Amino acid sequence: MLQVKDLQVKLGDKEILKHIDLEIHPGETHILFGPNGSGKTSLLMTIMGYPQYRVTGGKIVFKGEDITDMPVDERAQLGIGVSYQRPPTIHGVKTRQMVQICAKGEVDAEALAEKVNFSEFMERDINAGFSGGEIKRSELLQLMAQDADLLLFDEPESGVDLENISLIGNAISNLLQRDFRVNAKKTQKEKREERTKMGLIITHTGFILDYVTADKGQVLYDGVLTCTSNPREIFRCISKVGYEECVRCAI
Amino acid sequence: MRYLEEKARQAQDKKAALGPDIDLDAYQSEPVSHDYVEDLSDLSKADKKQMLLAGIDAEETDRSGTFVQKDTAVLHAHSKQEGLEVIPIREALKQYNWVEDYYWKLVAVDTDKYTARAHLDLHNGYVIRALPGSKVVYPVQACLYLEKEGLSQNVHNIVIAEEGAELHVITGCAAAAHLRRGLHIGISEFYVKKGAKLSFTMIHHWAEGTMVRARSVGMVEEGGLFLNNYISMKPVKSVQMYPTTHLVGKGAVARFYSLLVGSPGAEMDVGGRIFLKEPDTRAEIVSRAITNGGKIIARGDLVGEVPRVKAHLECHGLILNGGSIHAIPELEGKVDGVEMSHEAAIGKIAQEEILYLMSRGLSEDEATATIVRGFLSVDIPGLPPQLKAEIDRAVEQSNKDMM
Repeated sequence: MLQVKDLQVKLGDKEILKHIDLEIHPGETHILFGPNGSGKTSLLMTIMGYPQYRVTGGKIVFKGEDITDMPVDERAQLGIGVSYQRPPTIHGVKTRQMVQICAKGEVDAEALAEKVNFSEFMERDINAGFSGGEIKRSELLQLMAQDADLLLFDEPESGVDLENISLIGNAISNLLQRDFRVNAKKTQKEKREERTKMGLIITHTGFILDYVTADKGQVLYDGVLTCTSNPREIFRCISKVGYEECVRCAI
Repeated sequence: MRYLEEKARQAQDKKAALGPDIDLDAYQSEPVSHDYVEDLSDLSKADKKQMLLAGIDAEETDRSGTFVQKDTAVLHAHSKQEGLEVIPIREALKQYNWVEDYYWKLVAVDTDKYTARAHLDLHNGYVIRALPGSKVVYPVQACLYLEKEGLSQNVHNIVIAEEGAELHVITGCAAAAHLRRGLHIGISEFYVKKGAKLSFTMIHHWAEGTMVRARSVGMVEEGGLFLNNYISMKPVKSVQMYPTTHLVGKGAVARFYSLLVGSPGAEMDVGGRIFLKEPDTRAEIVSRAITNGGKIIARGDLVGEVPRVKAHLECHGLILNGGSIHAIPELEGKVDGVEMSHEAAIGKIAQEEILYLMSRGLSEDEATATIVRGFLSVDIPGLPPQLKAEIDRAVEQSNKDMM
């Protein structure tokens, strides 16, 4: 379980997250909505442990352990993984190598790459000249190899062309154990009840909701987390009346 | 020969254009005797170990010939393949008239005091030649080993790929682990004839007190290819070299790749210069320099003298832990119709890249090492797998040293 308790975060001198409370139980996936600059990416990066996001109050607990001051790599080893929106290029480090790093060596990189149609990129330097959609597929490939328990997705559908959106949506669904593939040994209900993976997905457009089911939706507005409800309902609300009206209760 | 001697004498005190001046009288030059070994396995364990670090395999696995010189004496020279000659240069000068057509024909004997010394007091060196049309698939390995304290090792090498031949040479220059003071003066002349292919990979594995002055010039004829790789990742006191190549035949190609690591106290002034003298010639100079406290000057100079030539220079530096890098890329286009470019960049490891790798589970040190390894991993086209493996090994080892 992930518990974020009364979290306050500063970036430089600016307060960017204000008293955030969030709980994601094993098997749950949450959708995070919010306008540009509301602090969505900051929340993900703070959970991952990026040091420029300075926690000034509150705490983050994962699998019962207080990880508020834990370095990034230890959080990764504890089972937190992130799909970045704009990851850096690292020259001379191949995609294949990144997959092996994520999996700590033991992995059938080819088989994983095939799943996200990424085989031809394995010998390319990671993120070098990748298009929007290629970046997302590369990020998903790394997450599949990492096999994290809490998966953080930063706008996984942004910059993805129509041809690839279903591929990406379905890959996320699989990662979060939310696919509906028929399994002779287990019913869909059993599969649902046995889910362990936790997900937090930032979306701007809501397209991802066509592919991934979710338990809860929330809106982050100006650093304040509010409006917990059914994700589709929130999305409809934002589409019809805009963010400001949608979060009027909290502002 | 008499004429060479005269010119050399005149240049005996001539300071080099680049690099700190070295007092040659501070180094002794008398021959040091070491016995010739018929069988490489008879080399001492310590020697073998040190040579292996510079890419020289005493087992000769996947090698087509070997040359080993320790201090001033040749320990071993032989070719395993027909069409390939590996001869100590002093013997070659005595026995074969043709050698004189190549000796000091590209490097001027009066360039500076170091070239003068290499002629007036030549210890030895090698002549490696691939005969016309012969394909020497496995690399020839050559080792220049410095063991004697306070010695100036004066070496002259000539490498010839005759018409249509293919030749790969790996030269490891190494110093004994205990060596505190030593000087290596190395002259190299490269002849790549019509349609020939030569790859020359030099791995330096000196010690903290070693001074190195290398003078190297190459010539590539029509349709020839010259790959020149230089790897220096171990401590050294001072290296200065500016290897130059002339592309004198239509369609000739030269590529220089260098990987440099500047350890604390090291002074490295290393460059590459290529003259494009005929149409359709191409040149590329790529260097990667990392300083860990050392002072590195990375030079590069491309000179386009005729139309329809293409040349690119790429010089990237990374300052890891103090030290300095001075990149000096130069392009000279002398006529209409040359296509030349360069890019130079010096920086540090981006925090964003470290965090990206850490979020995939690597520790900060592992992440840094991975980025450094990536920085140094340059794809060198046309290099046989054995040499690729040697370069990877050098990078890997250097990475361990730095972390």
